[in-house]
Amino acid sequence: MIAEIYKIFKENNYATIGVCIYLFFILVAIFADLIATNDPLRINFSSSGLARNLPPSWEYFLGTTSNGRDIFSQLIYGSRNALAVGLSAALAVAILGTIVGLISGFYGGWIDNLIMRLADIALGLPFLPFVIVLAAFLGPSSWNVVIAIGLLLWPNAGRIIRSQVLTLRERGYIESAKVSGCSNFRIIFFHIAPNILPLSFLYGSIAIGWAILTEASVSFLGFGPSDVISWGYMLQDAYSSQALSLGAYIWFIPPGICIVLMVVAGFFISRGYEEILFPKIKK
Amino acid sequence: MFDFWSIVRRFLYMLFVLWIVATIIFFMFRLMPGSPLTAFIGTTFTDEQHDLLVKRFGLDKSLFEQYTLFIVNTLKGDFGLSFTYNKPVINMIIEALPNSIILTLFSLVIAYIFGVIAGAYLAWKRDTLVEGISIPFVLTTRSAPEFWLGMIALAFFSFQLDIFPSGGTSAAGVIYETTLSKLTSLHFYYHLILPSLVLALYLQGLPLLLMRSNMLEVMQEDFVTMSKMKGLSSWRIVIYHAARNALLPVATAFTLGVGFAFGGNVVIETVFSWPGLGRLLVFAVSSSDYPLAQGAFIFLTAILILMNFLADLMYLFLDPRVSYKTKN
Repeated sequence: MIAEIYKIFKENNYATIGVCIYLFFILVAIFADLIATNDPLRINFSSSGLARNLPPSWEYFLGTTSNGRDIFSQLIYGSRNALAVGLSAALAVAILGTIVGLISGFYGGWIDNLIMRLADIALGLPFLPFVIVLAAFLGPSSWNVVIAIGLLLWPNAGRIIRSQVLTLRERGYIESAKVSGCSNFRIIFFHIAPNILPLSFLYGSIAIGWAILTEASVSFLGFGPSDVISWGYMLQDAYSSQALSLGAYIWFIPPGICIVLMVVAGFFISRGYEEILFPKIKK
Repeated sequence: MFDFWSIVRRFLYMLFVLWIVATIIFFMFRLMPGSPLTAFIGTTFTDEQHDLLVKRFGLDKSLFEQYTLFIVNTLKGDFGLSFTYNKPVINMIIEALPNSIILTLFSLVIAYIFGVIAGAYLAWKRDTLVEGISIPFVLTTRSAPEFWLGMIALAFFSFQLDIFPSGGTSAAGVIYETTLSKLTSLHFYYHLILPSLVLALYLQGLPLLLMRSNMLEVMQEDFVTMSKMKGLSSWRIVIYHAARNALLPVATAFTLGVGFAFGGNVVIETVFSWPGLGRLLVFAVSSSDYPLAQGAFIFLTAILILMNFLADLMYLFLDPRVSYKTKN
């Protein structure tokens, strides 16, 4: 098993790079307390007063914000929020999409019909505006993004998994499971589900990038929580504090790069994974 | 080729989805914490205005009566009065709509022309160094938050080099008298360049990757092998034979893209202070102007659903192999 996984990564550069980026950010998030040089929310003072808009130095690796906060430490702590939002959104999409796809595909009939109509409705809602309205409804929190992604993105995974289940349920071994008296529950979750787990994983990994991008956008628009450091919050802070006209590139470029790295890693992993799942593309 | 009634059925189904979505929106806004009016009573509104609003939205009636009123008013295009501007919501939406449409279409056209050409080129250059460098680069532009690209563009081109305006649709003090005078003013297009290029940079990834993978697929079909056997030049095969067939899904993606771009424009419009529908929604939600938020949201949704419907139709017309009977 481990040898097999190792072989996959050895042959697949994209996936390897993606996994390395994730490992890097996971380590940063775990050891954030050790890496960060400052409290990200503390307002720092220097000998000449408020330490605002300072250039990079040994004390503040990336300088300070216009409120005298340490940019480097904010960047380090931002990885925690991004990982938490990304991974929980991935889990939400994978679980919802899988269950819906399994039930819809296996039972068919009116259940299938109802679920597919719900999917049409979910796909008919504009994504980002929906998250914004939801944030206004539930109050500012990073979980809004996870909830919205769960509510709106399950149809993509659900539809693909459903069509896979449709072909699986006609197979001989399902027939024999039925004849030998297996309950539907057992057939769905023990005989069919293991075969579609790779697909669930694929859609989950795609959702990570979406979630991080969406969280950043929502924070940037000012609907995120104000007491949680995230990369989107940093960008919003920079934008509203005139960092653009001050030319404070060192303030707003690094958080963007972190977001790009994280999202691109998600794309790379799902791409590499897709090649493993559907080797035909590789030719 | 296609069945007239299946299109009608599809259209009715679209209206049904729209109705369900409108219902969800109605209950979402009604169930928001606190009365929709609490934030305003006693601050900026006189009793008269308050009574007018309560009456206008029928907030003194039961939920069911409010709901029927809402549906009837929505069908009439009446979304009520904006709390903050005290103007009919529909007028504000109609004012913002052309700005959004132009920004979206302009960016999409640039993105799709570039994406289609570059995608076909990269398929032709399969397994070369060019492809090895370009694909990760394209994936990176798709991963960058639009508003972050916009911030970099603003800091560099507007503030540092001072060659593009830093936002809005006109210079300070200039007000366009009518929509027509705006759309014919060169000044307007000068303001449009930066936001639409940033949006296009974000949008080009999808048509590019789509075109590339379609091309790779089409290039393996029999008629391409046939052309090769006829001794046609590889360039001619790519342009006249393969590209034409690979374009079909891209055309559908374009139509779908209009709907999605409208929703996603929310951030680009905010960064560039572009007075479109998305920015209106952001403003409305952050200032608890709920008739305006509701109206803007319904409009964005209607555009998305309509575009999904048109994309379906387009597929039907462009690719006769897809018949509605088999699809349903």
